Amino acid sequence: MSSLTVTDEQVSAAPAKVIQPAWVRIMHWVNALAMILMILSGWQIYNASPLFGFSFPREYTLGGWLGGGLLWHFAAMWLLMINGLAYLVTGFATGRFRKKLLPITPSGVLHDVRAALTFKLGHDDLTVYNYVQRLLYAGIIVVGVLIVLTGLGMWKPVQLYYLVALFGDYPTARYIHFFCMVAICAFLVVHVLLALLVPKSLRAMIIGR
Amino acid sequence: MAKRSFLIPGVDKRLLIKDSIKTMPDVSRRRFIAGGASLGALTLLTGCDVIDSSSAEEMLKQVSKFNDAVQAFIFNPDALAPTFPESAITKPFPFNAYYDLDDAPDVAGADWKLEVRGLVDNKKSWTLDELYKLPQVTQITRHICVEGWSAIGSWTGTPLRDFLKLIGADTRAKYVWFQCADKDGYNSPLDMRSALHPQTQMTFKYANEILPRAYGFPMKIRVPTKLGFKNPKYVVSMEVTNDYKGGYWEDQGYNSFSGS
Ligand code: HEM
Repeated sequence: MSSLTVTDEQVSAAPAKVIQPAWVRIMHWVNALAMILMILSGWQIYNASPLFGFSFPREYTLGGWLGGGLLWHFAAMWLLMINGLAYLVTGFATGRFRKKLLPITPSGVLHDVRAALTFKLGHDDLTVYNYVQRLLYAGIIVVGVLIVLTGLGMWKPVQLYYLVALFGDYPTARYIHFFCMVAICAFLVVHVLLALLVPKSLRAMIIGR
Repeated sequence: MAKRSFLIPGVDKRLLIKDSIKTMPDVSRRRFIAGGASLGALTLLTGCDVIDSSSAEEMLKQVSKFNDAVQAFIFNPDALAPTFPESAITKPFPFNAYYDLDDAPDVAGADWKLEVRGLVDNKKSWTLDELYKLPQVTQITRHICVEGWSAIGSWTGTPLRDFLKLIGADTRAKYVWFQCADKDGYNSPLDMRSALHPQTQMTFKYANEILPRAYGFPMKIRVPTKLGFKNPKYVVSMEVTNDYKGGYWEDQGYNSFSGS
C-alpha cells in the first residue's frame, strides 16, 4: 500500500479541494465490506444446490456450512440495505448523482472507451467522471438495486410476492440474483485494478483529497 | 462434468444426495459458522482479526432472532402462497432429507397413531382411518428448500386449523410442535399464526395418491409459507405449547421462523 503515502508536496498543497465528501467515503467502504460478506456467504449458499455445473471453492465461502452462510447473508443484508438506502437518498438529495453521473451519452461512452483502449484517457481532474466511469457506476447502482430486490423476493416469496412477480417466478429471480452477483464481481475486479492503476483516486476515496 | 441428470432445472440428483450427506449432523459443525479459511481472507482484508468466532456466532444468533421478529411482523395471515395448474407440477418431485431414501422411516399405517398433546381439550390419539375421514382439500404450491432449489407439488389433506379447532386447541398458544419418526428424531416448532394459515395442511396424499414413503407417509405437515425443512414428514405427534422446544435444524442454526 505504498501508493497511499502522502508526500510532502501534496500535504503542503492543502487545503486541496475535496474530491470525495466524507459521506461518500464512509458509505463506499461500508458497502465494500457488506458486498464482500454477501458474496462470500452467497457462494456458500450457492454450493448447497448449484445452479450450474460448478461449485465455489470452500476457501472462498463464509460460514462453514449452509446454515452459517445463511446467517451471514441475512445479517450482512441489513448492513448492505441500510447503507445502500442512505447512499441512494443522499445521492439524489444532494444532486451528486445528477452532477457526477449524468449525462451518459452513447457518443461520449464510445469516445472514452476508444481513448481508454489506446491509453489516452486522462484522469487529471478526479472530480469529473469520464463517460466509461459514469456508465459503470450508474450501471452497478442499478445492479445493486436489482440484487437486493431479487434477494428480498426470494427471502419472502409469499409476503413480498409482488417482488417475485416482478421478475417472473422464484427460479427466475434466483438466476437474476446470481447474474447480478457475477456482474458485481466483474465490476469489482475492473474497479480495483483501475483504482490501483490510478492510486490518487484510491487516496481520494480514503482521505477525501 | 459428464452427463448429469436433472430432476428439476438446476438441481442435480447426485448433488442432492451429496447435500444430504454434507448436511449430516456434525457436532463440530456449529463451531464452524464463523470459521473456515475464508476468515483468513477477511482477516487479510481488514488487517485485524475482527471476527473471532465465538463473538461472531453470538452476533449472528442475535441477528437471526431479530430476523425472526421481522418475519413475524411482516407475516400476513391472509397472504396466500401462489397456486399453480397441474401442468406446472415438477416431475419427479425430489426426495430430500439428511439421509438416503433407503433409510427413510418405514411407518406401518395400521399401527400408527397421531398423538395429540399439550394445550388441547381432547388429547385422544388419531388413527389413520379416522384422519382420512376429515374433509380434505388439494393445493398445488411451490416447495422452496433452504438450499435454494424449489419444486411445485400437489398436496391433499385437512387444513391444520380445522383440526386444531376440532381438538379444542388453545390457539392463543405460541407454537404447535411436531415430532417425527425420522432417525435421530426430527422435530420442528411452528408458530401458531402460521399453523392457523388457511393453506397449512395435514397432508395425506401427494398427487392424489396416498402419501408415498419418500414424501412422508403417513402424514406430512405442508406449510407453503415456510421453507421445506419446516414442513415435517413422518409426523407422529403434535403438541400445542407456549414453550419454544427447538427443532432438528433450528437448533443447528437455520433461522427458526424461516417464513416465505
Ligand atoms: C438485501 C440483499 C440480499 C438479500 C435479501 C439476499 C437474499 C438471498 C436469498 C434469499 C438467497 C437464496 C437463499 C437460499 O438459497 O435459500 C440468496 C442467494 C444468493 N445470494 Fe443473496 N441476497 C442479497 C444480496 C446479495 C448480494 C449483494 C450478493 C452478492 C454480491 C448476493 C449473492 C448471493 C448468491 C451468490 C446466492 C446464491 C445463489 C443461489 O444459489 O441461489 N446476494 N440471497
